[in-house]
Amino acid sequence: MAIATMRPCGDYRTSYRADQTIFATRLSTAWALAGLLLLCLAPWLLSGYLLSLLIQIGYLGIAALGLNILVGFSGQISVGHAVFYGFGGFSSAYLARHGVPVPLAIVLAGLWTTAVGLIFGLPATRVKGLYLAIATLAAQFILQDFFVRAEWFTGGTHGAVAPPFTLFGTDFSTDTRYFYVVLFFFTLMYLAAANLMRSRDGRALVAVRDHYLSAEMMGVNLTKYRTMAFGISSFYAGIGGALYAHYIGFMSVEGLDILFSIQFLGMIIIGGLGSVMGSLMGTAFMVALPELTGALATALEGGAIDHALHLKDGITYLREMLIGASIILFLIFEPDGLAHRWQQIKAYWKLYPFSY
Amino acid sequence: MTSMEHTPEPSSVAPPLLEVRNVSLRFGGLRALSDVSFHVASGELFSIIGPNGAGKTSLLNCISGRYTPTEGAVLFEGRDITRVKPYQRAALGIGRTFQNLALYSHMSVLDNIMVGRHHLIKNNFLTGALYWIGGAQKEELAHRRKIEEIIDFLEIEHVRKALAGTLSYGLRKRVELARAIALEPKLLLLDEPMAGMNLEEKEDIARYIVELNEEWGMTIVMIEHDMGVVMDISQRVMVLDFGRKIAEGTPAEILANEDVSKAYLGGEDFTLEGSPTQEPAVAQA
Repeated sequence: MAIATMRPCGDYRTSYRADQTIFATRLSTAWALAGLLLLCLAPWLLSGYLLSLLIQIGYLGIAALGLNILVGFSGQISVGHAVFYGFGGFSSAYLARHGVPVPLAIVLAGLWTTAVGLIFGLPATRVKGLYLAIATLAAQFILQDFFVRAEWFTGGTHGAVAPPFTLFGTDFSTDTRYFYVVLFFFTLMYLAAANLMRSRDGRALVAVRDHYLSAEMMGVNLTKYRTMAFGISSFYAGIGGALYAHYIGFMSVEGLDILFSIQFLGMIIIGGLGSVMGSLMGTAFMVALPELTGALATALEGGAIDHALHLKDGITYLREMLIGASIILFLIFEPDGLAHRWQQIKAYWKLYPFSY
Repeated sequence: MTSMEHTPEPSSVAPPLLEVRNVSLRFGGLRALSDVSFHVASGELFSIIGPNGAGKTSLLNCISGRYTPTEGAVLFEGRDITRVKPYQRAALGIGRTFQNLALYSHMSVLDNIMVGRHHLIKNNFLTGALYWIGGAQKEELAHRRKIEEIIDFLEIEHVRKALAGTLSYGLRKRVELARAIALEPKLLLLDEPMAGMNLEEKEDIARYIVELNEEWGMTIVMIEHDMGVVMDISQRVMVLDFGRKIAEGTPAEILANEDVSKAYLGGEDFTLEGSPTQEPAVAQA
């Protein structure tokens, strides 16, 4: 019976276990599994270009989820996420160059980044809000500077080579194969986050966000959880960055600037703060945006706007502007992000066509 | 619920569950509490009353660890907990509700109450993330079963999935009580559990409090302004005024006490030493 509708119009669960699942109904679980299966077939179904976009969504989505755990779930702002992402990339490249197998290097890079994130998360035990934002801004600039100077680690301004991903002697560096690597990590990390949020420590993080005084009275150690949020967030960023490094085969300090950090913030604002699924939606939106910009520029070619703004030359600027505009538009019209919009669509269909 | 056999007999050997010993609390020049002492025996329902600004909530904050007393000590089960961190007191068995609503407004009622069980649940960010492996699921479900009993008791089944922030005031107060009970506290501190409620809601809450005290065996320290309820349900009452304890005793004794009626209704000969000289000093600073 549960299969019959996408959204049952009442609550028919008969066990606590059924009440605590990640997906609300058996059908939505089935849909998620079907989607995952379809993704497994993606290398055969999609063009190389679309596949590369999916890979991009994968590793950026992992990092964005990390930021969402920090900003969305634990309520601590960070404007330095890009450098943790970068640190993961450099660490993994460094470890792999020194003979550590790449799959292991990616995980270790995640752990190294966690350690760094914990150090830079220490101010969070003392300061909140805007002051914490400034503290994380310091992390952004300190680590960016470190990347330029620590040539032994990052190759300095020239960047560092990240060896290709191999497992049991098989080379996974082609897009079609690397896609599975990213998909594996992606599924694992998203499941872990969804699980975390329905267990003790995830709840404690949200409690600290919503009302830290009463959280403390309920036995939640504020210092521990505020720092832990930084640790978990950095772990996700590190894994995302490491996957990026081995995908491109090269890691450079270029692009790890504050703009990239803000782009991560944009992803989670657009996707939905405090939503695991929203992190993915926001990342997909952000990755699709440049494609949209390109299409827009082509569509407007030759028109008055094109002549006035020189769209072809200014396409990068157009992209930045669109990112800014979409963040603002989302903040005004859908502050809870795409995930919330999706919830509303589902709620609407629940009782369709009798919406009352 | 009038049975007396559930009230544990006060034992003369064991230390009282809670003892507040000469507690003073100062914020700069402001004396919030001056030399307050009292004790609460296990199984008691103890009320603290007093006019606004008398220091009742400050006193509760000293017990729950939000404030550290400037002088004096707080003892719980005979152990000095004056310097114990607030989050560690939950595990000792001290739970509380707040005067101003302090729910996690973006969490569901269920999750709110589950946070109350934080110190009883053992899974962490690793086992929690693995969920199916390592027993986190089993543990979560066991605790879910437990909190359903509390939800049942407080009659909030219909809102268990609702976000706490969307509930009405009376329901939020009840969810807060549920969260504090979920802690399985030995000592339950209630800060104005009936403030802003209508008669019917007050009666409900009073019934819950009496039942928690008599059936669930919780010792309760309650701050409340509704004298009718306080005098009806508490076994002993303490009166604070300007941070000083002016009376302590059974409801009947308190009602007969002259100082208390002066504090509440005002009296010509009622002055507080030091207060006229202190106030201008505060105003200048």
